[in-house]
Amino acid sequence: MNIQHIFIIIFLILATPVVNAQSVYDGAKNHACLKCHASQIISFHNAIIEKDQKKLMNPHYIIDTLGLKAGVHQNFDCTDCHSYEYVEYPHNGNLKLEPLNSCLDCHGGDPTHDAYQFDRINEEFQKSVHFKISGEDFTCGKCHDQHTYKPTARNSANVREIVEYSNGLCLSCHNDMNKYSLIAGKENPEIVQVHNWLPNQELHFEHVRCIECHTDVVDNLMVSHNIMSKENAVRNCNECHSKDSRLKASLYKYANLQSRADNGSVRAILLNESYVIGAQQFPVLRKLSFIIFFMTLAGMLIHLFFRFIKK
Amino acid sequence: MGSENTKLYFYPFWLRIWHGINAIGIILLIFTGIAMQSGFDASFIKFQLAVNLHNISGIAVTLNYLLFFIGNIVTSNGKFYLIKPMGFLKRLMKQAYYYAYGMFHGMKAPYPLSEKRKFNPLQKYSYVFVMYLFVPFVIISGFALLFPEMIIDKVYNLSGVFLTAVLHSAAGFFISIFLLIHLYVASIGKFPVENFKSIITGWHNIH
Repeated sequence: MNIQHIFIIIFLILATPVVNAQSVYDGAKNHACLKCHASQIISFHNAIIEKDQKKLMNPHYIIDTLGLKAGVHQNFDCTDCHSYEYVEYPHNGNLKLEPLNSCLDCHGGDPTHDAYQFDRINEEFQKSVHFKISGEDFTCGKCHDQHTYKPTARNSANVREIVEYSNGLCLSCHNDMNKYSLIAGKENPEIVQVHNWLPNQELHFEHVRCIECHTDVVDNLMVSHNIMSKENAVRNCNECHSKDSRLKASLYKYANLQSRADNGSVRAILLNESYVIGAQQFPVLRKLSFIIFFMTLAGMLIHLFFRFIKK
Repeated sequence: MGSENTKLYFYPFWLRIWHGINAIGIILLIFTGIAMQSGFDASFIKFQLAVNLHNISGIAVTLNYLLFFIGNIVTSNGKFYLIKPMGFLKRLMKQAYYYAYGMFHGMKAPYPLSEKRKFNPLQKYSYVFVMYLFVPFVIISGFALLFPEMIIDKVYNLSGVFLTAVLHSAAGFFISIFLLIHLYVASIGKFPVENFKSIITGWHNIH
């Protein structure tokens, strides 16, 4: 073994973790699956008529490669979840009928994922209106697209980003006639009309998640998965617009946001991204206003006292 | 009341109407504002009721403000609110000295009220500050909060709605402090209730 070989071996050892840290989808154009499934038009050799052909890709089977690369499953290859037989083209039609792995097949009962409480989530989900209506057919993936999913609520410190991402999950069906009727078997409810009673609707939709009112919030779970029927949704303004706002148990639950909600320092005030009437107390301003109020009162009382004795 | 008393018709009818509506409106705004600001767990009023009452009173006070504003342009009442910059501080200090010390030591009011002077300097300045600065500010910021979509989304790193809300409450707070002092100072005089009667009848007694 000459010195060059030793260098190559050392380089390969050093490079291994770097290679692992990269997504398997980095070179989408050369990826066996993505060269078709990330494209509007596919080119292939038709062995029956012995000709090279171009066809349009089924739009439902086009994968968002950027989302895939940024998602939690970026290090998994397609065939880690989909059948290995898909590497052959044309794909065997029967493969479509085979059940896919469910999320809990990997995530359930796994101590490395304990922090995410997948089993508790499943328990809560089984109480939800989604499970009651479509049972096991309502898979996690109906909301959490396995290809592109990002744990935004855990990682983002930006409330609006969390809200937008979370509401996007709900609206992907509840604002889509086809996807909604696929599960519900009936027409799409008109979201705006249903929420007509809610003041400042647009502002609410931008700043709070659907699940704030539509789930049964539980303390020991980060995001409640027990989505209730609409009859049980919160309709009482005080639930949020009060010192004990339920937003503190849901949207502002996360450590990074909670510290912000509780901390009355000037910095915490300046960092605030949203304002909830009644729920946000700023101890600094509160103290200051009490001091000014009582000083005024004291001044008046002293003046009144002198008016009496000098009469 | 002695024979040296003169009665002046200080407060014309339109002004008394404005003042009455303004008083009720501002008091409602203060109570509902405090209720909303302080949270609702043990509050005396329901959130939605407080919001509705605050909005309605806010609109009433705004429309009423137009009466005040236009009234002071078209009638001679507006001239009482003009401030001469010369000797501004001197007059202010003189009046403050009278309230804090002079009036307890037999000093005569340095700026006695007459047909030409409806307000003493301290009174005039505080009225100008409140009516031409703070009230317009709470009206504008209040309407912005009524249509929050209009507000700039972010001011640097700060939510625009949040900033507007904090400034609106702060200005509202200072108006409340003004109201307290206004009510107290109105009780200073020969008879504590005299000034309160005047703003209802329109006639002011000069002793």
